[in-house]
Amino acid sequence: MITPRRSETLPVREASDILLVRQFVRECATELGFSVFDQTKLVTAASELGRNTLIHGGGGTMRLETFVENDRRGLRLTFEDKGPGIPDIEQAMSDGFTTKGGLGLGLGGSKRLVDEFEVVSRVGEGTRVTATRWT
Amino acid sequence: MERIPILRMGEFLLVTIQVDMHDRLATVLQDDLANRISATRARGVLIDISALDMVDSFIARMFGDIAQMARVMDAETALVGMQPSVAITLAEMGVSLTGVRTALNVEKGMALLRAKMEEERADDHAPAE
Repeated sequence: MITPRRSETLPVREASDILLVRQFVRECATELGFSVFDQTKLVTAASELGRNTLIHGGGGTMRLETFVENDRRGLRLTFEDKGPGIPDIEQAMSDGFTTKGGLGLGLGGSKRLVDEFEVVSRVGEGTRVTATRWT
Repeated sequence: MERIPILRMGEFLLVTIQVDMHDRLATVLQDDLANRISATRARGVLIDISALDMVDSFIARMFGDIAQMARVMDAETALVGMQPSVAITLAEMGVSLTGVRTALNVEKGMALLRAKMEEERADDHAPAE
């Protein structure tokens, strides 16, 4: 049985919010008992996704939830924006694809850092990216 | 405005990053380094990231850009002290840091840059055939 433990939402409106997002994810991941390696992967994924929300989505929010399921614990990050949306998710996920002069590893790279990853996007309505990692 | 200090050590510049990097700070560092390399005619740049607990693709790209820029200005760059968890995360993401030299610590990074410079001097003084 999955028991929710915590659910908090942070704004992702300006560059300095990304720093707060990283700090908050590090804090929660540590508290949940993730190893330093796993903490770093979660914080890095949060930084990539937060930047996407800010730059491509025009700002939005990050919801952080923690769960306990039997003897394992999970941390889920949900980034939501009301931006232009992603017309071709498969293309956006592929390595090297970039529209803003980055490395093009934001989405695809973040996916490799977590256990579960989902992108839901509607053109003209916005994007929601969910990333979960379990201990 | 907040800035990352750049120290001069002989023919090297040493940058020790001790704060969480935000994007603006990264851009300013790049500009400041270009100016300092030009003003001091430094031959090497050491960037100590041992205090950084996270490097994402944006920050990684900035290191690549700095190395590229320094090379054009005839200076070599070494990124030193990367934490193991940061190295693993970058590798898993697929960030390759192409063109960026790395070393375990500042001492080893300096030795690496010195060796590279000696090599160039030897080439300059090699007798013509």
